[in-house]
Amino acid sequence: MAPAYPKDLVLRFFRSMYLIRRFEERAAQAYGQGKINGFCHLYIGQEAVAVGVNEAVQPRDYLITAYRDHGYALARGADVGMVMAELFGRGTGYSKGKGGSMHIYDIEHNVLGGYGIVGGQIPLAAGTAFAARYRNDDRITVCYFGDAAANQGSFHETLNMAAKWSLPVIFLCENNRYGMGTAMTRVSAVAKVARRAVAYDMRAESVDGHDVLKVYETVKDCAAWCRSGKGPVLLEADTYRYRGHSMSDAATYRSKEEVEAERKSDPIPRLRAWAVSAQLATEAEFDALEAEVKATVDEAVKFADASPEPPVEELWTDHLVEPGERDVPPRERVRGVKVDWPRYPSGQELRVKWDLEPRIPVQDGEPHLKKPA
Amino acid sequence: MAEIAWREALNQALAEEMERDANVFLMGEEVARYDGAYKVSQGLLAKFGSARVVDTPISELGFAGLGVGAALVGLRPVIEMMTWNFAVLAMDQIVHNAAKVRQMSGGQLRCPIVFRGPNGAGGRLAAQHSQSLEANYAHFPGLKVVAPSTPADAKGLLKASIRDDNPIVFLEAELLYGVKGEVPPGELLLPLGQASLKREGSDCTLITWSRMYYHAEEAARQLEAEGIHVDLLDLRTLKPLDEAAILTSVRKTNRAVIVEEGWSFCGVGAQLVDLIQSQAFDDLDAPVQRVTGLDVNRSYAAVLEHAAEVNPARIVAAVKQVLYREEG
Repeated sequence: MAPAYPKDLVLRFFRSMYLIRRFEERAAQAYGQGKINGFCHLYIGQEAVAVGVNEAVQPRDYLITAYRDHGYALARGADVGMVMAELFGRGTGYSKGKGGSMHIYDIEHNVLGGYGIVGGQIPLAAGTAFAARYRNDDRITVCYFGDAAANQGSFHETLNMAAKWSLPVIFLCENNRYGMGTAMTRVSAVAKVARRAVAYDMRAESVDGHDVLKVYETVKDCAAWCRSGKGPVLLEADTYRYRGHSMSDAATYRSKEEVEAERKSDPIPRLRAWAVSAQLATEAEFDALEAEVKATVDEAVKFADASPEPPVEELWTDHLVEPGERDVPPRERVRGVKVDWPRYPSGQELRVKWDLEPRIPVQDGEPHLKKPA
Repeated sequence: MAEIAWREALNQALAEEMERDANVFLMGEEVARYDGAYKVSQGLLAKFGSARVVDTPISELGFAGLGVGAALVGLRPVIEMMTWNFAVLAMDQIVHNAAKVRQMSGGQLRCPIVFRGPNGAGGRLAAQHSQSLEANYAHFPGLKVVAPSTPADAKGLLKASIRDDNPIVFLEAELLYGVKGEVPPGELLLPLGQASLKREGSDCTLITWSRMYYHAEEAARQLEAEGIHVDLLDLRTLKPLDEAAILTSVRKTNRAVIVEEGWSFCGVGAQLVDLIQSQAFDDLDAPVQRVTGLDVNRSYAAVLEHAAEVNPARIVAAVKQVLYREEG
């Protein structure tokens, strides 16, 4: 952990990771109480990935993920109570309780959703990146997916197009080693996902997904690469989920020893120990942050619990857009605050100058194809 | 008024909408340098450039999803499927993402996208290239399904589809691309969800859409020669369905025959029969009849293919049946 990090950044990393951890622990508890139902996939153990990514990209950049999606939205600054309310199926949730745990959208923050079909979000990321290039806008897209999604056709179809058209996407594989109960190694000819980039002549990177600082540095570098027009990157973060695939999974397919060994590299205590030993912050400061986060999450649970269920009339809304219908930003609807909502150039303002056929040449001395470490 | 072919009417619609709105782009297999597998996109690459007329790899799931993603952030993609048979590979993106994203996001996102291409039989193309798949898409909430018959309707409805803020499944027909019809000059926009009464009569209501309109029209001509006059209702849009037009006509004629190219089982016609029996039961003087493709996989051999298809003679027979008139 060589470079010097400002204290406030380190504390933000910690706070954000601890917020996700605490949120997920309380979600698990609420699930046990029957307040959350259906499928609920916890992010416990993987927090360093979403948090490192969020600090490394710009607020205008697009994020999209699969159904293990609470963490990426919380890291971005989504309203904690409204995410919890969505899990509770309440009208004050980001999707009015219509999406639940697997479908968290916070468009105000360019959090473009959690998608429930494995690999289904991967082509969407190529589309948001296509739109950015089409508009000559320097936004990039970070597309999260699990290891098992790399065995879907959507992964290969999308990587091919993204590479061919130099689309600014970080394809971020969160490799937690299991697709539900099946170890990646049991069903994959090549279980190291980053190696697959070679098939598309795409830059590949690997990173320790339990080390938030390394995730941050690597994603920053990948983001700069994408933003400068050099095309996509396939980034594999080695990570681990300490809980089962979803709340209904007892995770009997892996040993207690394996889980215990992985817990030794838990990203949250790891960052804290490092920061204390580097004299960046004191134990007391971390204790205070933890207390503040616990109170925030307590508040979120209370808010969700006290929130009304959506009115039954909501059943018929949000299917088809009626002419002139405007989108209501969730925080405006729930919290009554004015928010910046995405606006795009009109068809008369827009000038499309992109020539999609030529490929951006490799810069001198820069490795176009980098093998994973 | 100028007579132009279907493919030219679609080409005009695309060119006009791309001219009008730079957010509109066309993407699909062979749409650019090849000028379109059925020449619908002829000349568009030269006019609009390679970012707006995009040749894709043969990755239907991938480029359909790319289109959905672009639509979520404000572009207005038109995704050409070389045929709707191939779009089965893309169905995950159409029905799971495009059709559901507004609801799953609680109204935060919209998905203005048109998926279009030829549907139905092409003539001696065998089982995998001859399917009519509209019932599959009409089944899913969150999609609009458009299936016009004439060049003018095709143009006006494609332009309206491109301007619509919802995901649209726009079904053309391989055997119609060369069919000509009158298309009025100037701006032509037709509202989605409105059926067109192509012929008026009081004896029976013939309900159809897409290419089957031409078979129904031929049958109506033959019936007229025998003194039987039908209301010929061309639905044009299957979803939203113009229920009022159907019920108004059936209440007038008290009889209905539904003509559908696709299979009978769980076909769109089954839904129409349900609508009629539940809303106009007392108005019916005979059970509603359906004329559909037979429930078999389509064969290559001419005699087998033709035996499975709808033809005007079958429609004439069905109309006579609901009128309780003996054949011959």
